[in-house]
Amino acid sequence: MDNDQLKDNLIRLVTHLGDNNLILGHRISEWCGHGPVLEQDIALTNIALDLIGQARMYYQYAAELTGGNATEDSIAYLRVEREYSNYLLCERPNGDFGTTIARQFIYDSWHYFFLHALQNSADKQLAAIAEKSIKEVAYHKRYSSEWLIRLGDGTSESHVRVQTSINDLWKYAEEMFEPAAFENIAISNNIYPRPALLKEQIDSFRLEILNSATLTKPEVSYFQTGGKTGIHSEYLGHILSELQYVQRAYPGLEW
Amino acid sequence: MVKNQSHVRLDIYEALSEVCDPEIPVLTIDDLGVLRSVEFVSNEWVISITPTYSGCPAMNMIEANIRIAMAALHIENYRIERVLSPAWTTDWMSEEGRLKLEQYGIAPPNPDRNNNPVRCPICKSDSVDEISAFGSTACKSLWKCNKCLEPFDYFKCH
Ligand SMILES: [Zn+2]
Repeated sequence: MDNDQLKDNLIRLVTHLGDNNLILGHRISEWCGHGPVLEQDIALTNIALDLIGQARMYYQYAAELTGGNATEDSIAYLRVEREYSNYLLCERPNGDFGTTIARQFIYDSWHYFFLHALQNSADKQLAAIAEKSIKEVAYHKRYSSEWLIRLGDGTSESHVRVQTSINDLWKYAEEMFEPAAFENIAISNNIYPRPALLKEQIDSFRLEILNSATLTKPEVSYFQTGGKTGIHSEYLGHILSELQYVQRAYPGLEW
Repeated sequence: MVKNQSHVRLDIYEALSEVCDPEIPVLTIDDLGVLRSVEFVSNEWVISITPTYSGCPAMNMIEANIRIAMAALHIENYRIERVLSPAWTTDWMSEEGRLKLEQYGIAPPNPDRNNNPVRCPICKSDSVDEISAFGSTACKSLWKCNKCLEPFDYFKCH
């Protein structure tokens, strides 16, 4: 691979990491003003803010690598569905509070251990973003774990409902462990951690929290994948139509 | 008289040390540890700042206020650089900053994380409970005091 190809590959990787955070951050932001109680409304919007802030760091880096007229905003607002490479998990609808917590738990349990490893990336900027982000994600992981335990080990109704959410979402819980072509290239250049090495740690953490929550880990025969290569569910289009509306209707508008 | 560079550097540092956090106006960016350095590198001043939280909206305001302070010094050859690593930590908050924060009614981050990290900023009681790990801004959590019964913000260790 020549240097231009390596750079294109790095841009895809960095954009993918930004996409995960932007799409999930946007989803969580839909809770703003709708949280079950004030404290949880504030907590969810804080988490959304952290994720979108982290997405900006990735997009700024991707724009710098791309050069020309690219900016963090052109990357966030002016791409079409197939150019987004977020995990399918991130675009799943909020559902009830328990579903949001279940989705967050699956994401945070990967995100934390992933960032921990990414701090050792041969790419200095990615390592710096990881070092910065992990402090925030440690709070996210604690939040979603504590709520999963509270709901799972709560009333019979909260238990049944959050178990149903976990069952529905678990088929999206392993997309992060199947590297796409651009990830494999980054792995071979020590830019990206090998997912198989993270899996054991993440599986055991997930199991530990599910056990504390008196929840059962679902048996899944077929895991959904495709988000990383741009094959999305119908939900992403709806998210983008809202997320991109202002920039599409009024190009170049500034806040 | 033309001032030499080290004098200009001190002037800049002094002016920037007065720039406040828009959300916690008792703290300057120097108290917070957000202002990392002022250096003269190949014909321009490089002002390095580090964001507190990634999504902190105050950063844009802080940058704007730095530009105003630089304009007041009539200095145009400068750029502001956001530094991510080493990542900002509340350990960089000055002792003076911690005192000002507590007087303002926000419990300051305790550098000794394992030992009674939080006390009520109003009555100083140690009998306090966390209500929520997330508060009114990204850097704060919400607590209540069991003695004076007041709710208060705690500036989280980070
Ligand atoms: Zn008190």
